[in-house]
Amino acid sequence: MQNKLVTPVIEVKNLSYTYDKELVLDNINLVVNKHDFLALIGPNGGGKSTLMKLIVGLYTPNKGTVTFVENASKIGYVPQNTNINVNFPIKVFEVVLMGCKKSKKGLFGYNKEEIIHAEKLLEEVGMKEFAHTKIGSLSGGQRQRVMIARALCSNPDILLLDEPTSSIDKKGQTQVFELLKELNKKITIIVVNHEITVVFKYATKVAHINKNLTYHDLSSLQKELEINPDKHMCEVELLQMLAKK
Amino acid sequence: MIAEALTYGFIQNALIAGILVSLISGVIGSIVVVNRMVFLAGGIAHAAYGGIGIAIFTGIPIFLGTSLFAVFAALIMAFVTIKQRDKIDVFIGLVWAVGMAIGIILVDLTPGYNVDLMSYLFGSILAVTHEDIYFMGTLFVVIILVMVFWYRDILAVSYDSEYAALSGINVNFFYTLILILSALTVVISIKVVGLILVIALLTIPIYIAQSLSSTLSIMMILSGIFATIFTTIGLYISYVFDLTSGASIILVAAIGLILFMLVKRFR
Repeated sequence: MQNKLVTPVIEVKNLSYTYDKELVLDNINLVVNKHDFLALIGPNGGGKSTLMKLIVGLYTPNKGTVTFVENASKIGYVPQNTNINVNFPIKVFEVVLMGCKKSKKGLFGYNKEEIIHAEKLLEEVGMKEFAHTKIGSLSGGQRQRVMIARALCSNPDILLLDEPTSSIDKKGQTQVFELLKELNKKITIIVVNHEITVVFKYATKVAHINKNLTYHDLSSLQKELEINPDKHMCEVELLQMLAKK
Repeated sequence: MIAEALTYGFIQNALIAGILVSLISGVIGSIVVVNRMVFLAGGIAHAAYGGIGIAIFTGIPIFLGTSLFAVFAALIMAFVTIKQRDKIDVFIGLVWAVGMAIGIILVDLTPGYNVDLMSYLFGSILAVTHEDIYFMGTLFVVIILVMVFWYRDILAVSYDSEYAALSGINVNFFYTLILILSALTVVISIKVVGLILVIALLTIPIYIAQSLSSTLSIMMILSGIFATIFTTIGLYISYVFDLTSGASIILVAAIGLILFMLVKRFR
């Protein structure tokens, strides 16, 4: 994988963003390459989610630009806090189809091809047997995989996830990240995450964001540190290291 | 006795109106509940009293005045929610109280007016006219058409509005549409249960349906069925014992809810 030609897919140039008169992001420059597994880390309120929303297009930058290159403009997005609406009466396949272009044919409800398509996407994330289950009865990890299937519906080149494992147990976390690792073979992945140990195991690049951005290529670093992901590492030290240039 | 009652025109009208309003509130109530807009709908319901006042004062038909005013209140709510979500509580309170105040003052100013105001607050289903039924029927058809064409957009906006916006759905349009339909639902419910009790019709059957439904469409249908059952029984009781129709319907619904919770608990 590492030997592939490096092709940039997203270029963030001199980007600044102000929210409520407060400068949240200051002059951010970032290049994301094809097949990167980029982790955005940093303190709460440091601007990770904001940067992600700027890339997705939910926010517009005050200064600077976000450019998608080489026809890789199709993005899938998994937002934060997908656990809020737990009592909502909706089935898993309906959630998945929200990510797809609505077919012109079906008026009320869904047509057969669409349901088959949703089931195929659910199979990809290992959730096929839950297609007709109410989403509220799934565990956090399962629900998150459904959200990934929804993001995959548009057949994206880049997948962005905002803290996908924030309220999930260890087992669910591992499942989600193993899935992302698998998807990364085809798709560029950008993930906001707090769990520094997880980031080290799966990400290839890290950007530490606290108003400013510090970038690290992890592939060399990982070899040097010879990280054993099952052992506990001192997260404070790692974070301090990543925050420094 | 029931067979005899059903031969009276006003009873027939009451029954048709009760069923139409129940079905409509089942659909709209479901959307209101899953969007957590119950308090918002309550605000619009009370503000609608301003429309009653305007209609009485100017002499235009009550339904027209109330509809226009309620839709106006809904548009204010939609505008505020879209622009300044954090201030929505204050604006609901404002629209709620100011709407009612306008209604009361205008009724005061209307010379020689002595119609029973209680009927608007608590319903007067036995006074349903043919025009009322046409109005309800039209709204029913409009709501069915909206569901046929836009069910999935409304579902997407209700479930995850941020994601819906990303996938190109005009969230503000659908949000405003939901509020306008809620306002019109409130207006037609005034005849049946009155504007004070509308909120119960928009929540009790829906609450029961929600825990039995795995999709929004099933929830809408079940809500409509439960609301129809409560309304019909309530009407019957109100006719037999000569009680206020709106209050009878709501109490029947409340008893239904309690029974449902008991059954759920001990099953």
